[in-house]
Amino acid sequence: MVLFILRRLWLAALVCLTVLVVSFSLTHLSGDLAASIAGPNATAADIAIITKNYGLDRPFVVQFLEWAGHAAEGDLGRSFLYHAPVSGLIRDRLPVTLTLGLTGLSIALLIGLPLGILAAVREGSAIDRGIMMVALLGQAMPGFWLGLVMIVLLGLELQWLPISGVETWQGYIMPGIVLAFSAIPALMRLTRSGMIDALAADYIRTARAKGLGRTKIVLKHALRNAAMPVVSIAAVQLGFMLGGSVVIESVFALPGVGYLAWESITKNDFPVVQAVVLFLAVIYIVLTLLADMMNALLDPRLRA
Amino acid sequence: MSSVGIAQGLPARRRFPAFRRLATLLGVVIVGTALLVAIFAPYLTPHDPFAQDLNLRLIPPVWMEGSQSTHVLGTDQIGRDYLSRLIYGTRISMLIGVLAVVTSGLIGITLGIVGGFYGGRTDDFVMFLITCRLSIPLILVALTVVALVGSSLAVVILTLGLLLWDRFAVVARTTTMQVRNLDYIAAAQAAGASRVHILVREVLPNIANHLVVVATLEMALAILLEAALSFLGLGVPPPLPSWGLMIAEAKEYMFFSPWVIMTPGVVLFVLVLGINLLGDGLRDLLGADLER
Repeated sequence: MVLFILRRLWLAALVCLTVLVVSFSLTHLSGDLAASIAGPNATAADIAIITKNYGLDRPFVVQFLEWAGHAAEGDLGRSFLYHAPVSGLIRDRLPVTLTLGLTGLSIALLIGLPLGILAAVREGSAIDRGIMMVALLGQAMPGFWLGLVMIVLLGLELQWLPISGVETWQGYIMPGIVLAFSAIPALMRLTRSGMIDALAADYIRTARAKGLGRTKIVLKHALRNAAMPVVSIAAVQLGFMLGGSVVIESVFALPGVGYLAWESITKNDFPVVQAVVLFLAVIYIVLTLLADMMNALLDPRLRA
Repeated sequence: MSSVGIAQGLPARRRFPAFRRLATLLGVVIVGTALLVAIFAPYLTPHDPFAQDLNLRLIPPVWMEGSQSTHVLGTDQIGRDYLSRLIYGTRISMLIGVLAVVTSGLIGITLGIVGGFYGGRTDDFVMFLITCRLSIPLILVALTVVALVGSSLAVVILTLGLLLWDRFAVVARTTTMQVRNLDYIAAAQAAGASRVHILVREVLPNIANHLVVVATLEMALAILLEAALSFLGLGVPPPLPSWGLMIAEAKEYMFFSPWVIMTPGVVLFVLVLGINLLGDGLRDLLGADLER
């Protein structure tokens, strides 16, 4: 177990390092970063000043090491646009994105799990087919468009929910549903296939032979065994949702990390872009690490 | 004797309910239509998709009041014919879907086959690359690349192609592991076939059925992502009629005339659904139900 954890931590550290390099190199893609910062109307003198002020004339490796060193200490640089430390900007906006991600995940689990179980219990029936069709429809749904349609329909026509902002908790409902849509098909399919396998296992036959009730068999014996892959995929999906928040937050004008990232990209605020890419990647790495550890705890076979 | 050997090599013939066949047929029809529309776009469009006419702004589609019969699906905020733009938009979506899949397929399949076949350190490295790729927030990185390199069709295709290879690699790797110890690989090795020959001529054809299914999934994803990028203003540049861009441009008018965001969204949804239906059908037909 200890060896497994150490190996997994070592891998996570290596991935973090790679992500560090990628997020730094990313913003240097344009070739001349100073010209990008200065904008299209800048003179050569402006560009020279920016190059000097931001130390962009130094070798790439030196710049990277300095940035990475600071990042390791939690200092992610300063925003050009806000003239404030990037870590503070992210911290201020994180609650919105986290609330949104967790709302999305909760809705996805609330819808995906029961439907997946139902489809498995009634495998091959019209109900199963109907539920799988829902998964297909959800998979094909463009999230940003669904968001706009809901804004027009629920926000404007019916006036049930606020169309933007998070002044009240209702503001999270529509974006939460849209975000959940992206995770429901995967959760549902995995729950279904896991449950079908579990329901065919010997211990279920034993439980039946014992005379246990159907509900108890399904919910207690089968679900517990089908839950493991669902836990990992839920962690992965939460990571994807936080990454996908850039689209949803722009649609609903939610002041979260995703919106900050989009704003920074369109306004050439590179320290923020680098930091958000790094930040979301690290969250994903930690989430998958936790999911792997939890699975290893639940199932000794995985500790190889 | 020989008939037994052949029968073993073939997947058991399975029968599918009428429902599944119907769904697959629907997928084939949708994707086939999209392909034909994309190829013959210039002959199908009633108007020039780029021609503006400020006197004919925001004309609603024919089923609504105030429509004009010459503009079946209405016109946009600067008087361009919506139907014509949607037809040309099919070209963009299909082009991006196909080319992004070709790019990502090349990368992912190569990595997956090499990792799965050789195992050991090589495989560890491939797994490491896949883990790194999955950790990187897809949309954010794509947006940044397009913003820095400049938005064009080629940049979007290349960016998506370079980012969407993970599922190809995962599936190619697992399936290669399953076939690498089979007799025909050993036979090829004994016959003195080169490494490249074994990977390309022996392994690849035997895992191709799984890869075709992945290709449909990735094509659907690439089309959805292009629309999202264009919607955020960092995908295909205007005035190209990308469906995502059409939705973005029409957004500020959606409160007064909601149909402006409806048609491009529905078309996008139907195409992606069709590709997924086709993928599911292929999965059944080719017996490739490994990954879900």
